[in-house]
Amino acid sequence: MTDEPVLEVRELRKEYRVRTSRAEAVPAAGSALLGHAVTRRERAGVLVAVDDVSFSVSPGQSLAVVGESGSGKTTVARMVVGLERPTSGTIMVSGRERSWRHVSSRERRRRAREVQIVFQDPYSSLDPRMSVRASLDESLRLHFDWTRERRDERVAELLDQVGLDRRQANSLPKALSGGQRQRVAIARALASEPRVLICDEAVASLDVSIQAQILNLLSDIRDATGVSYLFISHDLAVVRQVSDAVLVMRRGRVIEAGPTASVLSEPSDAYTKQLLAAIPRPGWKPTPSNS
Amino acid sequence: MATLEAPLVATPAPRSRRRPDWVVLSTGTVIALLVLMAVFAPLLAPDNPDYANILATNQGPSAAHLLGTDSFGRDLLSRLIYGVRLSLLGPALIILIATLVGTVLAILSAWYGGWFDRVVSRAADILFAFPGLIFAMLAVAMFGPGLVAPVVALSISYTPYLMRVIRAEALRQRNLPYVAACYVGGLSVRTICTRHILRNVMPLLVVQAALSFGYALVDLAAVSYLGLGVQPPTPEWGVMVSTGQSAILAGHPQESLLAGLMIVITVVAFNLLGDRLASRQKGTVRP
Repeated sequence: MTDEPVLEVRELRKEYRVRTSRAEAVPAAGSALLGHAVTRRERAGVLVAVDDVSFSVSPGQSLAVVGESGSGKTTVARMVVGLERPTSGTIMVSGRERSWRHVSSRERRRRAREVQIVFQDPYSSLDPRMSVRASLDESLRLHFDWTRERRDERVAELLDQVGLDRRQANSLPKALSGGQRQRVAIARALASEPRVLICDEAVASLDVSIQAQILNLLSDIRDATGVSYLFISHDLAVVRQVSDAVLVMRRGRVIEAGPTASVLSEPSDAYTKQLLAAIPRPGWKPTPSNS
Repeated sequence: MATLEAPLVATPAPRSRRRPDWVVLSTGTVIALLVLMAVFAPLLAPDNPDYANILATNQGPSAAHLLGTDSFGRDLLSRLIYGVRLSLLGPALIILIATLVGTVLAILSAWYGGWFDRVVSRAADILFAFPGLIFAMLAVAMFGPGLVAPVVALSISYTPYLMRVIRAEALRQRNLPYVAACYVGGLSVRTICTRHILRNVMPLLVVQAALSFGYALVDLAAVSYLGLGVQPPTPEWGVMVSTGQSAILAGHPQESLLAGLMIVITVVAFNLLGDRLASRQKGTVRP
């Protein structure tokens, strides 16, 4: 295994133009993110969602990006998969520049074989009118020149890999539980055999017991396929379990980065300490001083 | 282990409806009968709808004329049966054209957004401000009476209505993560729009088409009633309501009454069906 990073992000920046009226410019939620002070009505403000973020992920490595809501972690994920275009900075996948100026179908198909994503909400991330088999088969048909039999075989293999019963292949998402749906979403993401799998809060909406199952599953999949993870989460307890390295983001910037064990045991930044202190544990009381 | 899991895993057979839905069944039957009447009019009609007999005008129901005759002595039952054809064909064409154009525009503007969406939405707003009937009258003034001009005009005025409803739903679908997953999965925009977004707005599309059908029928009948659509000797319900008017004062309301009744039955059937389908959709669990 080469040590060349499979995903490398450099000086990534994302700005959103926001139109603000004076009423909205009065300190509201997220107003701290406004780049300029807005003085006149209707002046276009710039919201910097992600500012100078750099990191790299080696093959088989798992990097977690943590931070509170609005810290820009999801925007980073969306830029890496191409759902958003970075304002500046580069994204390299397997050594190839993927900064996404060019959005041809062919280019997107190639990229789909490199990076895939699993979303937070398992209820809306599957097409409600498509059976499990159809979802997986659609991806296989797109990316591989296989016969029907070969694809069916692969569908069964994927279902096994994510711990679903083969009999569930013909069910529609509505017949499945949240945890099962998330397994389908993972199987669909794995269908194109990506090198990096991004989990955007992938277990956040699941029960704690199901969370643990899915996290174990992800770890098994990594052992079996050598896929790398970019794990977007706000939950440090989850991060501790799945990631080798961690990146702490706040207000669009990286404020701390390093191996998971050391960041979580000896955080150097005050904000990281605060995040750690916010993990519920025996005897824990929510502190009134948030933010 | 396996025996324990089996009942848990067994998913209910999809679409095994619990109870028959009487509203859908009955309105569906009415609509099916109307369509059959249109198709088999020559077989069902007891008489030639255009055969006038001035010796037997404005007759009441009899063995020879089950529903009586009109002021020209033509058999009313036959005219009503033949009338289904044009009375249904017109609205069907309107709805077909309007849903087709409306859906394409709606999905494209939901997908691309930006200036395209703004242009389409503003154009729809402008058309909204223009009553369909006035539009149809203008078209007739320009292209002459008949079926084509009012149908084209009403298609144009029904398009923004359907477009707007479908666009809202397509936009909702477009912003759901499953569409993002398709995009990241490398599917082409055309595949995402047709195989995923269109398929998910289809139920709404059917409901809207059914509901609009009733309105289109009334509008088109109104155009005919005003003498701007299909012209008099042709059997068509709107025309019949209009030509039967003169006989009402003479104490023979049957022509206008029966034609009006057919319009009401058809419109009510389509509207009830549309409403029922709409409420059933609300009942189903949406993701």
